[in-house]
Amino acid sequence: MPFDSFQDFIIMGGYGLYVWLSFFLSFVVIALVALETAIARKSLRKKSQQLQNRQQRLAKRQRSVSQ
Amino acid sequence: MWRWLHPYAKPEATYRLVEKLLPWFAALTFISLAVGVAWGLAFAPADYQQGDSYRIIFLHVPAAIFSMGAYAGMAIMGGIALIWQIKTAEWSIPAIAPVGAALTVVALLTGAIWGKPMWGTWWVWDARLTSELILLFLYIGVMALYFAFDDARTGAKAAAILSLVGVINLPIIHYSVEWWNTLHQGATITKFERPSIATSMLIPLLICLAGFLFLTISLVMMRLKNEILRHELGRPWAQQELEKN
Amino acid sequence: MINASMRQVWLAVLKRDLRIAARRRSDALNPLLFLLMVVTLFPLGVGPGPDILARIAPGIIWVAALLASLLGLERLFKDDFQDGTLEQLCLLPQPLAFTTTAKVMAHWLLTGLPLVILSPLLALLLSLPMQGWWALALSLLLGTPALSALGAIGAALTLQVQRGSSLISLILIPLFIPLLIFATAAVENASMGLAVHGQLAILAAISVLTITLSPLAIAAGIKMSVN
Repeated sequence: MPFDSFQDFIIMGGYGLYVWLSFFLSFVVIALVALETAIARKSLRKKSQQLQNRQQRLAKRQRSVSQ
Repeated sequence: MWRWLHPYAKPEATYRLVEKLLPWFAALTFISLAVGVAWGLAFAPADYQQGDSYRIIFLHVPAAIFSMGAYAGMAIMGGIALIWQIKTAEWSIPAIAPVGAALTVVALLTGAIWGKPMWGTWWVWDARLTSELILLFLYIGVMALYFAFDDARTGAKAAAILSLVGVINLPIIHYSVEWWNTLHQGATITKFERPSIATSMLIPLLICLAGFLFLTISLVMMRLKNEILRHELGRPWAQQELEKN
Repeated sequence: MINASMRQVWLAVLKRDLRIAARRRSDALNPLLFLLMVVTLFPLGVGPGPDILARIAPGIIWVAALLASLLGLERLFKDDFQDGTLEQLCLLPQPLAFTTTAKVMAHWLLTGLPLVILSPLLALLLSLPMQGWWALALSLLLGTPALSALGAIGAALTLQVQRGSSLISLILIPLFIPLLIFATAAVENASMGLAVHGQLAILAAISVLTITLSPLAIAAGIKMSVN
């Protein structure tokens, strides 16, 4: 282990700000992509339900017209 | 020889395959990134010249490599889409582009932050950073083109053509920027000294490389599932799929 | 017989484009005037000192050339797309990749070639040393055909997009960068009296590659937009 204590690990020989900032920002960027994907899936679900509702309404109207 | 690929031209088949593979790739991602990052941050020895700041390399190098790898993958998918008219290949382009762009942003951010202790400034027109910036612009172009179309199908086709044009230009851009950089050696150090890397640092770097590979694949797979569902929304299998969770 | 008609079709497309441009002269003239004015902005912005201007002149002129060539691109195919002529071009027995090169040539004759001719004036305005002038003209001569070819790709891809000009710029600017780098390097070297064969050769090579491969992308883009 190149670090003597947890304190040393955080300080990173004086470069702590740069190292931890890099890791934090990288994590945020990747997380944003994953988040956007999850949100898109939810919106697709909503769209699918809207489409199904519309299809059902149209089918109902067709049936009432043909009667 | 390629006949085993034919069933996957059908979107549902590709979706099922991706659905099956994704958990494995996600698991591999978490394991390799956790091990690689922990090793690189806590256990690899400090660098002789750069001290502990060099640890940013464990993010910067993999992100840069796969930012270019993702573009190449996108272009290959674009080629497949245009030559064989395979829809799922077309849809993979908007799946890959944001992931590649995100990796490029990570490479740029980590490169710039690493530059501050190294060169004393938050940005230098270093050959590799400049190349990454141009790559980001290429990604932005592909995404902007895709979103400019009302019909996603045409948008994907346009993005496919553009990514092919871009991939041919990519080596030209890369080498011309490198050459440009040698012309204009400023007051700052413009070349990263690349001594051979010690094994104790190389191994965590390789693990992080694997981690980023699996991360890229996992993210693309997640996005590809969405794209397939988006285009197959009218079909019952897709509607059932979306109702599941 | 087939070859003669290929040439005839190509020339017909070229002549038509030039005739249309002659009727709407401002469309062809505006980018050049824009170029002239942009170049004038720089001495006003950075000061008239000839040494600074000479130092940045190749870059300014080439960047201004890129921007000016981006200006007219949206209309390269748009008018023909909207009135159905482009569709007719697709339906010709001659390959679309071949016939569109005539339109690219027309674009170059209207934007690139005037730029080459105008370049000594621009060089004068920016205090570029005289020994660099021929290199500037040559770099523009070798590089602007590639600008037109790449520009046509951008124009073809964005035909269905409403206000595509900023999108075209976004797409094309990264692709222009290698041309910019080698052209400006050639002019700088020439201004200092150094050899420029290498840079100009690479510039020519990039141009040839672009001109050879671009028709495929242009045709693909047009076919995609027309359908």
